[in-house]
Formats: sequence, C-alpha cells, structure tokens
Amino acid sequence: MLRTLLTDYTFQTVSLGAALLGLVSGVLGSFAVLRRQSLLGDGVSHAALPGVVSAFLLTGSKNTEILLAGALATGLLGTLLITAITRRSRVKFDSALAIVMSVFFGGGLVLLTLSQRIPDANQAGLSRFIYGQASALLQRDVILMVICGALLLSVILLFWKEFKLLCFDPQYAAALGRSTGFWSLLLSFLTVLAIIIGLQTAGVVLMSAMLITPAVAARQWCTHLWSMVTLSAVFGAASGVIGTAASSLIPQLPTGPTIVICVSAIALVSLFIAPGRGILARALNRSRGRARLVMERRDGHGPFN
Amino acid sequence: MDMAPSTEIQIIAVLIGAACALPGAFLVLRRMSMMSDAITHTILLGIVLAFFVTGDLSSPLLIAGAAVIGVLAVWLTELLRRSRLVAEDAAIGTVFPLLFSIAIILISRYAGSAHLDTDSVLLGELAFAPFHRLTIFGVDIGARGIYVGAALLLLNVVVIVLFFKELKVSTFDPVLAAILGISPTIVYYGLMTLVSVTAVGAFESVGSVLVVAFMIAPPASAYLLTDDLKKLFWISAGIGAATGLVGYQLASLWDVSIAGMMALVAGAVFLLAFAFAPRRGLISGSLMRRRRRRDFAAYTLILHLYTHGDGIFSGTELAQQLRWDLSLIDRVCRSLIKAESLTTLDGRYALTNAGILRCHELIETLFASPRHQPAAPTNSPSRG
Repeated sequence: MLRTLLTDYTFQTVSLGAALLGLVSGVLGSFAVLRRQSLLGDGVSHAALPGVVSAFLLTGSKNTEILLAGALATGLLGTLLITAITRRSRVKFDSALAIVMSVFFGGGLVLLTLSQRIPDANQAGLSRFIYGQASALLQRDVILMVICGALLLSVILLFWKEFKLLCFDPQYAAALGRSTGFWSLLLSFLTVLAIIIGLQTAGVVLMSAMLITPAVAARQWCTHLWSMVTLSAVFGAASGVIGTAASSLIPQLPTGPTIVICVSAIALVSLFIAPGRGILARALNRSRGRARLVMERRDGHGPFN
Repeated sequence: MDMAPSTEIQIIAVLIGAACALPGAFLVLRRMSMMSDAITHTILLGIVLAFFVTGDLSSPLLIAGAAVIGVLAVWLTELLRRSRLVAEDAAIGTVFPLLFSIAIILISRYAGSAHLDTDSVLLGELAFAPFHRLTIFGVDIGARGIYVGAALLLLNVVVIVLFFKELKVSTFDPVLAAILGISPTIVYYGLMTLVSVTAVGAFESVGSVLVVAFMIAPPASAYLLTDDLKKLFWISAGIGAATGLVGYQLASLWDVSIAGMMALVAGAVFLLAFAFAPRRGLISGSLMRRRRRRDFAAYTLILHLYTHGDGIFSGTELAQQLRWDLSLIDRVCRSLIKAESLTTLDGRYALTNAGILRCHELIETLFASPRHQPAAPTNSPSRG
C-alpha cells in the first residue's frame, strides 16, 4: 500500500507541495516567532482573500499565478496598514491586526458575492483559498512554489546577518545606523510571500499554524538561530509529508488540518521532552535540586547550616 | 409578531453590533484583541462536539458547548504562556489552529451527513436569520436572532454595569486590583467567558471571522475619540449599532453579503477615526508634530541669539552656526518677525525687547528646577 502510494503521481505532487510549504513557512516562521509577530501571518492570510477574489473579478482568470498576485497585493496592503496604524496612532498592534484581518476578510466575502453574479463563474476555485485544498495542487503550482521558495530562501541567506540582528537586538541595529524599518519591511514582505505560497494548500485559517508551530517546536531544542531555522524547516517539511500521507491513506481526512495536527503533535512533544528547557527536564531538574538540598542539610554542609 | 424580514435583519444587526462592541472594548484596552480571533475560531470545535453529544443542531447545548470550548482555548493559551516556553502571541497562534483543525477533521469524517458545514459557522449568513423562528407554545414570536441579540446585549450591559469598578481597575492597574482583593484570574476568565458567549451568540448571524470585526473595530475607533471609559462604551456601542444598520442598507443596495458589508463599514468607520479624530488622529497628529517642530526651531533660534554676545547675526551666519538650511532660517525668522520677537538691522537679525522677554520666560519654564515651579507647563511654553 505504501509502495503504490509512493509511486502515485498525485501523491508525489501534493506531498512535494506540502513539504515545500512546510519548509518555507518553517524558515520564515522562525523569524516571525522570534520577533513576536507570530499572528501577523494570521492577519496577512485573511487579508489575502479580497486580493484573490478581485484578481478573479478583474481578469476573469483562475490561473493560480494571477490569483496569488492579487493575494500578494492585498496581503502587502494589509501589512502596510497595520504598520501605519500602529506607528501613527495609539491603537496597538493587536487591535490593528484584528481590524485589518477581519475587515479585509469581510471585503473578500462581499467581493465573493459579487463574483457569484457573473454568469458561469462557479466560485469553487476561489473558496479553496479559504479552507485550502492540497489535493487540488497541480504540477505547475508546485513549480511556482519551488521558484518562490528558492527566491525566499536565497534572500534570507543573503541578508542573514541583518535579519538576525533585527530579531535579537533591533536597537543595536538602529544604533549601527542600519535602517531597521527597511529590513523589517523586507522580512514582512518575505513572510507575506511565504503565506501566499501556502495559501492554496493550507487555507486562510491554518496557514498561521504552518508559520508558528514548527518554529515554536524548534525553539525548544535550539539556542542558535541557524539550528532553529533548520530544525523548524525540517519539522515543517516532515509534517507536510506525513500529513499528506496520512490523509491519502485514511479516507475523509482533509490534508490541511492533518498537517496542522502533525506539526502540533511535534510541538507538544518538543515542549515536554526538549533537553534542558522542556517541561520534563525542568521538573527533573527541580526534583534533583530538592534531593541535593535534603542531602546537604543532612550532611551538615549545605547553605542553610 | 409580524415583521418584514428586512426589519428583523436590521434589528438583529443593530443588537449584535452593539453587543459585540461592549466586551470588545476591554479586549482593546487590555491589548488582547487577537484573543477574540482565537475564541471565534475554536467555537467550531465546541459546536461539533456538542452536536455529537446531542445529535441535534438546534439544541441550546451547542451554544453552551461552544462557549465552554472558547474558554478552554483561552485556558490552553494561558497554560502555554505560563510555561514561559512560548511567547503569548505564538501561544495563541499555536492553540487555535489546532482546535480548528480537529473540528474540521471531525466534521469531514463523522458529520458529513448532518448539515453542519464550516461555511455557515465561519462566514454566517444574516439573510437567513428571519427563517429561524422562535416559537413559544406554538406561537411564532419573531426571529430567534432578535432574542439572541437582545439577550447578549442585556447580558453584556448588566455584567459591565455590575462589575464596572472591578473591570476598570483590573484593566488599567492590575497591581492595585490585586491589592484591593480583586482576583485578576477571576476577572480575566469572567471577561473571556463574556467574550466567548457573545461570540457564540453572534456567529450564527455574522460568522465567526467577522465577529472579530464587530468586537474590535468599534472600540478601537472609540479609543481614538475619547479618554473616558464610560464614554468609550457609549461610543463603541453606538458605532457598533450604526455599523449594523448602514452595513445592511449598503448590502441590500448592492446585493452583496450583509455580514461582509457590515465588516467593511466597521473598517471604514475606523479608518475615518484614524484619519480625522481630534488630537488622536493622523491629520491632527501630523499637524501637531509640525507645530511642535516649528516652535522648537523658533525657540532654538531666539535662545541662540540671546546667549551669543550682542546676538546680531545675518541669515548666513546663523545657518553656519546652527547648521541649518538657509531656507529654514529664513522661514523661522520670518515667523518670528511676524510675532515681533525679532527685528532686522540692515540685513541682520536681532532680538526685540519682546523677544528677550520671551527668552526669559522660556528659560524659566525649560530650565527651572521642578522644586521651585511644581506646576510648570513644560510641554507647552507660553508664548509672548
């Protein structure tokens, strides 16, 4: 059964797509989590909906490239609006994010009802962006993902030092005379691109999990940025493949949610068993410390004697 | 009761709009707006689980189940955050997609035959609200949504009026609240329960994603318009209600999604407040910044003249000494001459008596020790 699965063309396409999605969002998600901007992904993916629908309304085409270009446009617009609201008023980041994502999503719904009125335009192709439909991935979609993913990763590698500094010490970066605004915008732009790539696989709601959860899992094991980013990418890609396999083997198991369950399971396990930092390690450490204290007191050379 | 469906829809829209804005105000003030997003997404799981227990889609247990799961999501997030292994935003973003995924998988595996579709939970449809009737003893007493909306509004008003002091203190000064014996945990979870119940009641009409718009956009707009908590509530509820009404009118005008249009109107109101709010808005803010920059340049220039010898310099000399553009010097000097603080002596600038007096005032307000002048208005020096 596994062999027939592995040689199955659709499975190959879909799992490759899911693995790519996991890999790219794992890398970008690490930066988002470290910069405390995890939920930006949630906002951007919701803000992409009106872009998808208006691209369809304007061009009448359901080509993935065109729809995703529209998504990219409104996703970026949403990000810029959030930044502008936070910088220029006393409304905080969380409120700006919540407003932008829900209002854009509402706009998307309005446009969706408009698109339904166009004769012989069934919106099936559009609603896959809300819930995600990995099984509808085509080879050309995967090729698009490969190109965008390679582009993203090379930009990350190229400006690794700048992004690292931005994550851990933006004040120092500013003091060095680097334009933190520019780098932060570039990183947000890359994150938006990663989200857009994953949108048709994971859908609006679950995309944020693909961004955050692998990074949260990887953070438990690592103390270096490069190892965290690598591990996060591995976690993301692995859950992409495992999730796709599970959903093809078990009937009526939707791919996107299954991938999210996989990656959440990895995160949960990591939270418990990660060495040094994990919940079990800390509990063990505490009980050891307690035992040592008891022993020292009995032997009479502890700190309290 | 016999009402036109459009009237019923508008009443529901107004009630839901006002009811959502009230607990949302606390979310905005406590910087927890995204919690509404987490809660509204997890509602789906609660409905699915309660449906498995009761097997009935119209059972009130579904609502209770959804509210409980909403609070559970908050508790899980809190647990994750407390472990200090995950930051708060990442904790929210880890928990709700997981619960949402579980719900979707449960639906597609086990509830395929029951008409429990994700669309109606996520997106909602206000246009169908008049079809859900409330009947007592076989008598139709109106659309169920009206009673749900009214109950939600009443609940929120009663809770906020009864516990106004507790909510206020614990929102603005958690430490003081703890000293006064107000348990932060109880207030926190009480508030989250209120948010959860409101979201559950509202999702049927407007869909769970747009509940976020109604909870956050009106209070955030009000937050730009007032500094008074009580006024904040009035304005939020007013904006929420108006949003419902205007949204419905526009939606029926263009024949588009009602809930989507209401969200757009809520966003438009926020954008208006963001741009035009007095004192807090984009425009008044940039005007104020410009005025401050101008004032600062003027103060720098006259203090420079005051502290340097006879204080008679030409424009080019000033430009060199202060390292400013000549055009800036010209502009500042022109406004100072108009204010009669400066005068020209054959092409060079000198302070007038009024200008010297103004320098004295400035030095007093800017450099006086706070002990001698406790009420010195340092941020707005008086003008001579």
